[in-house]
Amino acid sequence: MRSGVIAKKLGMTRLFMENGTQVPVTVLQMENLQVVAQRTAERDGYTAVQLGAGVAKAKRTTAAMRGHFAKAQVEPKRKIAEFRVSPANLIEVGAEITADHYLEGQFVDIAGTSNGKGFQGAMKRHNFGGLRASHGVSVSHRSHGSTGQCQDPGKVFKGKKMAGHMGAVRSTTQNLQVIRTDAVRGLLMIKGAVPGTKGGWVTIKDAVKKAAPAGLPLPAAIRSAAVAAVAAVEGGEA
Amino acid sequence: MNLIAQIEAEQIAALGKVIPDFKAGDTVRVGYKVTEGTRSRVQVYEGVVIARKGGATIAASFTVRKISFGEGVERVFPLYSTNIDAIEVVRRGRVRRAKLYYLRDRRGKSARIAEDSTYKAKAE
Repeated sequence: MRSGVIAKKLGMTRLFMENGTQVPVTVLQMENLQVVAQRTAERDGYTAVQLGAGVAKAKRTTAAMRGHFAKAQVEPKRKIAEFRVSPANLIEVGAEITADHYLEGQFVDIAGTSNGKGFQGAMKRHNFGGLRASHGVSVSHRSHGSTGQCQDPGKVFKGKKMAGHMGAVRSTTQNLQVIRTDAVRGLLMIKGAVPGTKGGWVTIKDAVKKAAPAGLPLPAAIRSAAVAAVAAVEGGEA
Repeated sequence: MNLIAQIEAEQIAALGKVIPDFKAGDTVRVGYKVTEGTRSRVQVYEGVVIARKGGATIAASFTVRKISFGEGVERVFPLYSTNIDAIEVVRRGRVRRAKLYYLRDRRGKSARIAEDSTYKAKAE
């Protein structure tokens, strides 16, 4: 099991392919994605890498987190997440992961916080059918109907599906296909929709329900110091 | 320009399509690639452009209306589709609106569009 990545959702666009088809894609950006800490079996009882992404202002980072980032010798990060890895796939602290961590055509699972819908009725929230349009139904065409039985049990069972707050919960979409990667700008183009709003953070992992393709970079696609220097020079010129 | 707009602009440049200057009211001839089984040919669709949508984005499209065997037919083409072989402007029309949906309610003489004889190509 290798590490996943943290990315920011930029928005959606479409790609026109050579064969005339159009592919709707979500563009995700990996921004300053670095390993902040390691979890090892001896010390923590499990193996994982803690990644950080984005840029946070040092003065708005708590002193405790500043110390944590200083220990790893990385810039303060906006978003932090842990990914369980097998011991062989642990990554050095401070290593920067690039977008060619994923291969074009491979499948991934993406988790994020879904768009908030506010307080919604049972029809929208749980796909209830509602009541009839006529035959004596008055005022309650979109209501949920009965919520239980009679004097026995004499209560509404816990967990009964009713109206309430919808969305803004963690949601995972499985088996999304990576269409294109751009290591220079840290972009991933994923076919279809990804949970969350534009500017929201998502975590990407190799799909659990599909076989991993051959040639995946292990333990991760890491930006080497030399490449980083070249990128810095190019960035300075651009 | 945000990154999405930048990616779209790059893709438009990479597709390298020649889009003639046309607007609603113009009559265009669109060559659309059709694949039948294994054979591919170009189908020509000619009619009046009644709408252009999507501005400078990659998702831009235009709607072409024609009368086919007495029945009004409209087709929406993605402007940057790789299936579009060529777009050719046949006639420049003079209209005062960006969307000519009113043509749907008209037939014959009242559905005509005056020709714009003063058309000048935009300087590149």
